[in-house]
Amino acid sequence: MSVIDIENLSFSYDRDAILENINLHVEDLDFLAIIGPNGGGKSTLLKLILGMNKCKKGTIKVFRKAPEKNLSLIGYVPQNTNVNTDFPIKVIEVVLMGHVGAKNPLFGYGKDEIACAMGALAQVGMQEFAQSKIGSLSGGQRQRVMIARALCAHPKILILDEPTSSIDIKGQKEIYELLKLLNQSITIIVVSHDISVILEYANKAAHINKRLSYHDISDKKKTFHTHNEGEHFCEVELLQMLGSEGCNTCDHEGHKEDTKWREAK
Amino acid sequence: MIEALQFEFIQHALIAGILVSFAAGIIGSLIVVNRMVFLAGGIAHASYGGIGLAVFFGLPIFLGASLFAVGAALLIASLTLRKRHRIDTFIGLIWAVGMAIGVIFIDLTPGYNVDMMSYLFGSILAVSTEDLYFMGVLLAVILFVMTFWYRDILAVSYDSEYAALRGVHVRFFYTLILILAALTVVVSIKVVGLILVIAMLTIPVYIAEKLSHSLFSMMFLSGLIATLFTLVGLWFSYTYNLTSGASIILISAASLGLFLLLYKGK
Repeated sequence: MSVIDIENLSFSYDRDAILENINLHVEDLDFLAIIGPNGGGKSTLLKLILGMNKCKKGTIKVFRKAPEKNLSLIGYVPQNTNVNTDFPIKVIEVVLMGHVGAKNPLFGYGKDEIACAMGALAQVGMQEFAQSKIGSLSGGQRQRVMIARALCAHPKILILDEPTSSIDIKGQKEIYELLKLLNQSITIIVVSHDISVILEYANKAAHINKRLSYHDISDKKKTFHTHNEGEHFCEVELLQMLGSEGCNTCDHEGHKEDTKWREAK
Repeated sequence: MIEALQFEFIQHALIAGILVSFAAGIIGSLIVVNRMVFLAGGIAHASYGGIGLAVFFGLPIFLGASLFAVGAALLIASLTLRKRHRIDTFIGLIWAVGMAIGVIFIDLTPGYNVDMMSYLFGSILAVSTEDLYFMGVLLAVILFVMTFWYRDILAVSYDSEYAALRGVHVRFFYTLILILAALTVVVSIKVVGLILVIAMLTIPVYIAEKLSHSLFSMMFLSGLIATLFTLVGLWFSYTYNLTSGASIILISAASLGLFLLLYKGK
């Protein structure tokens, strides 16, 4: 079952096209990595999926409806979680924001909402920090809180924009392990620069640079046969392979060009 | 000092000081966490245009200043939402043009001779009963808005992009905060004057922010600290026969310096 369907999508802010003829189908319980150069249109595509930008040409469906109709099914973790750290707010209040806009009790927070927020914190292993000030946490801990906030509304899809860009290596690994765990019940889409790490966890990869090339990488040994297990992939090699044009819908057999390139080496 | 309390104008000054301090504490907190300090400064100075117009047309000063300040706030809100990256230019513009309008209309007012300095630096010893009603109603409105929409305002202030995704009407709350800020600035003019109002909206808030774990406690604490500064400042100005608004600000600033020394030592 596909959860997100994007067909013939093109988008531009002004005259220059940011995205051109994008086709993408995200299946239920996929772990999709979206990679590509800066300015290649990754964030724009996310904004379109989240209904923050309206698509002018082509269609986007989230669970077969327009994105803004199904916002409650998508959990979103924005890019910069290190801004506004002076803000006087407790961890639990940040997580409770996941509920904002739903029917509130007149004053304060409902008991069920608090229970639900504590549950989300427990899912990311942060429940003992519920009463801490958000600014007192480390970057990795804060990122977990943001994931909990997204989980608070029980989404079917979790979208993360550069979740590890400001976290140390140990923290990055922990975040990805957490995502892997969550992936058992939620579809996950991650935009990331750390391609060598993300591709160890993802089962699908989409490279975006105005156009999109899509790859099924669930069988890593077959896809990246020159490497041993656990070894990081060479990023240059990967980018060349994943970014190669003209294989929008390619599967393993479609990799012939890349294989040739690899053999020539 | 105690014998001064029998005078009606001193009683009015104290009540006004407390009402305005709490309004300034709550709204100042919102201004600081939303990084709108410069914006509030622009609105404060632009409201001088409203004072000039009110004097020229013979309207109540509070009414003229309020309408003008709210107008400036709405203008800034619509500009910010459209051209965010140029907002500092527009604020500077509104700041100066508002003041210029005020100066010109006071020039045009025939036979006008009231001391305009009182609007620039405050005249807490000349608070009328109507002024007190205005301040009381504004504080009540602020308290109502904050209890009713606390969660939405918290969400918009902390992370407006995410709040928008969760269905909060960011534009509405942003404009609402600006309008309340404009009205708070206008009532603060009576206490410290429009030039000094920024200090009243930020110094207590800065101290409270360091001591608070939530927006609510920051607002409450800011209100208490602002009240303390206002009362001590009033006492200081009464005892040494100094301008009240400036006394309040200098007491606040000195306390902030002391606080930072002690806080750092911790």
